[in-house]
Amino acid sequence: MPEIQTDLLRWIVAAPLLGVVLNIAAALGNRAKLARLVGPASVIVAFGLALVAVLRLAAEPAGAALVDDVYGWIEAGPLAVNLAFRVDALTAMMLLIITGIGSLIHIYALGYMDHEPDVARFFAYMNLFVASMLVLVLADSLALLFVGWEGVGACSYLLIGFWYAERANADAGQKAMIANRVGDAAFLIGMFILFWGMNALHLPSLKLSAINAAAPLLASAMPWLPTLVCLLLLVGATGKSAQIPLYVWLPDAMAGPTPVSALIHVATMVTAGVYMIARLSFLYAQAPVAMDVVALVGASTCLFAATIALVQDDLKKVLAYSTVSQIGYMVLGVGVGAFSAGLFHLLTHALFKALLFLAAGAVMHAMHGEIRMSKLGGLGAKMPITSKVFLVGSLAIAGVPGFSGFFSKDMVLEAAFAGGHRVAWLLGLMGAACTAFYIFRAYFLTFRTEVRAEPEKMAHLHEMPPVMTVPLMILALGAVAIGWLGLPGGFLWGNVLGEWLAPVLARAPGHHAHLSAATLLGLMGLATTAALAGIALAWVFYVRSPALAGRLAARSGAAYRLLWNKYWIDEIYDGLFVRSYAAWSRFAWRVVDTTIVDGLVNGVGQSVTLLAGLWRRVQSGDLQHYALATLAGAVTLVGGAWALTAGF
Amino acid sequence: MNVPVEFPLGLAAALFAIGAFGVVFRRSVIVVLMCVELMLNAVNVTFVALARELGAMAGQTAVFFVITVAAAEVAVGLAILLVAFSRRRTLDGDQFASLRG
Repeated sequence: MPEIQTDLLRWIVAAPLLGVVLNIAAALGNRAKLARLVGPASVIVAFGLALVAVLRLAAEPAGAALVDDVYGWIEAGPLAVNLAFRVDALTAMMLLIITGIGSLIHIYALGYMDHEPDVARFFAYMNLFVASMLVLVLADSLALLFVGWEGVGACSYLLIGFWYAERANADAGQKAMIANRVGDAAFLIGMFILFWGMNALHLPSLKLSAINAAAPLLASAMPWLPTLVCLLLLVGATGKSAQIPLYVWLPDAMAGPTPVSALIHVATMVTAGVYMIARLSFLYAQAPVAMDVVALVGASTCLFAATIALVQDDLKKVLAYSTVSQIGYMVLGVGVGAFSAGLFHLLTHALFKALLFLAAGAVMHAMHGEIRMSKLGGLGAKMPITSKVFLVGSLAIAGVPGFSGFFSKDMVLEAAFAGGHRVAWLLGLMGAACTAFYIFRAYFLTFRTEVRAEPEKMAHLHEMPPVMTVPLMILALGAVAIGWLGLPGGFLWGNVLGEWLAPVLARAPGHHAHLSAATLLGLMGLATTAALAGIALAWVFYVRSPALAGRLAARSGAAYRLLWNKYWIDEIYDGLFVRSYAAWSRFAWRVVDTTIVDGLVNGVGQSVTLLAGLWRRVQSGDLQHYALATLAGAVTLVGGAWALTAGF
Repeated sequence: MNVPVEFPLGLAAALFAIGAFGVVFRRSVIVVLMCVELMLNAVNVTFVALARELGAMAGQTAVFFVITVAAAEVAVGLAILLVAFSRRRTLDGDQFASLRG
């Protein structure tokens, strides 16, 4: 595989980093105007540079890569890690998603944050996020990838708690941080074990290409090692990509500004886990057990989160659980060995879900923060563009034929079916039906049906300015068009994306069982039927006879309450981990610290004080006491000496 | 007349004991100062007695030094006492326990 040296790649990361510096200066100097210019501009510059890099890569033969070795970063014993960037087909796709969608979201944020006094701080965090995310995908070693991995986590924390004056927002930020810490700890341990294994093979390197190349060797020398490492890395991925069991932070992460949710918690950061697994696809291909676990985690998260989204009232919560569920599809895709299918869904999801989130943000902006669907309704007339792009996004995510979600979701489900993961396939199919239902429920309740908001809010309601609607329309266009990059094999121009990615991804054993055309069409028909049934059901429940939904909810009380309360997972985690940890902390505080440690320290102090108090009495200041003491001393000395010499 | 050396030594011991008792137990600072003189002179008696007994003149020389120093000591001591009295309006030694003026 040819590698082309270039200095271009470092500037892709440097552009948003420069933006961070300028934004911090703007924040210190109170120059909101500068921030509003620099914030989006730095990402757009990064997009331009990324485009140049991708075009250069496209001109090379398949399997080529651009590399940029900046400098030696770590040298410790056998370990040597360089600060080096690398662009291959997979990174190229991620680069365009991050900088392209990132640019649109930054522009949208200009409109969304127009009344925000702290806009410089906002753009400083956003640019730092983009830089970290670029490091994550550009990294040529697992160690540098981890730097980006932690960087995006930190920015996520900062941005979720952007409006930190409210306790709930700050708590949501901490929840994200802590859930990610659990995953990151596992990721680190996995990385250590991996390096230990590589070192044992006399290949002391953490370079991603070296790990992928050494994967078969590792598997034959130490069969347990790839499985263990892949499972540990999967735990890291479940934290970052919000999968069972660590997904709990993502729904709460919607406390941040909506552009943040769209950029970080939909399009880019949360897909880092999927990216990482695809990046190490050759290692995962050597660990079939770990792959099965990945597929299972993805499939169950997919259905689990979709069912929660069915009944939520908060529009952003619906979209948040939807995101968890959709990432489940990506994880399912990479888990069944269809790495390119998972990545395809990553691409389409980034577009249509960012679109949905930004449209929801527009609603929230127009309604002065109101986002509960029971208080919305009938907004379509006043916000025609927002309503239409939301509909496009809904059709895409529901998987209606012709829209991007249809192609990518279908590819994932097909791969699951073809790979023999029938249970995972069934879970995914049920998830697809739920997806169509909840997204159209959200659409109908927000933009159609009767107006439920207060009249004075409706009176001020207006469509968003072009700075927000134009990015929405571009995303809507992408949400329709991008799916056509991955047509089923042989149809028209075929699976362009799959062929583009093929040279850098592993072929998992068992994946390439070919399905007959009839089976393929049957599967496609099933998925389409599921989607259309979900849409029809939502229409019946919320448009045709709205009373039906309430009656059904009342009838199926227990099941409804289970979903409404999100399976009580937050409460269970609270009881299992938070409370027990708090109890242990209280024990450590009250008993260990206050009693034992403080007791020891204070005891030393007090005993010295006590002794000193006794000794102090000797120094009475009274001359005659001293004289008596001197006399007594002299008598003792002389008497003792005399007694000794006299030989008593 | 030949006085045995035990006599002056016994006198010196008695004087010293009386002085020491006075220094330790009397209240009046002036009496304490006088008792210090008593102790010094008890030592002087010892010096003289032993110098005569042993025929060494150095002991008698030391006595002059002691007398000089004692005179100086009384001069300084009484001056301090005067100042202390003008501050505290008392000559009770127990009242001089604090270093604070």
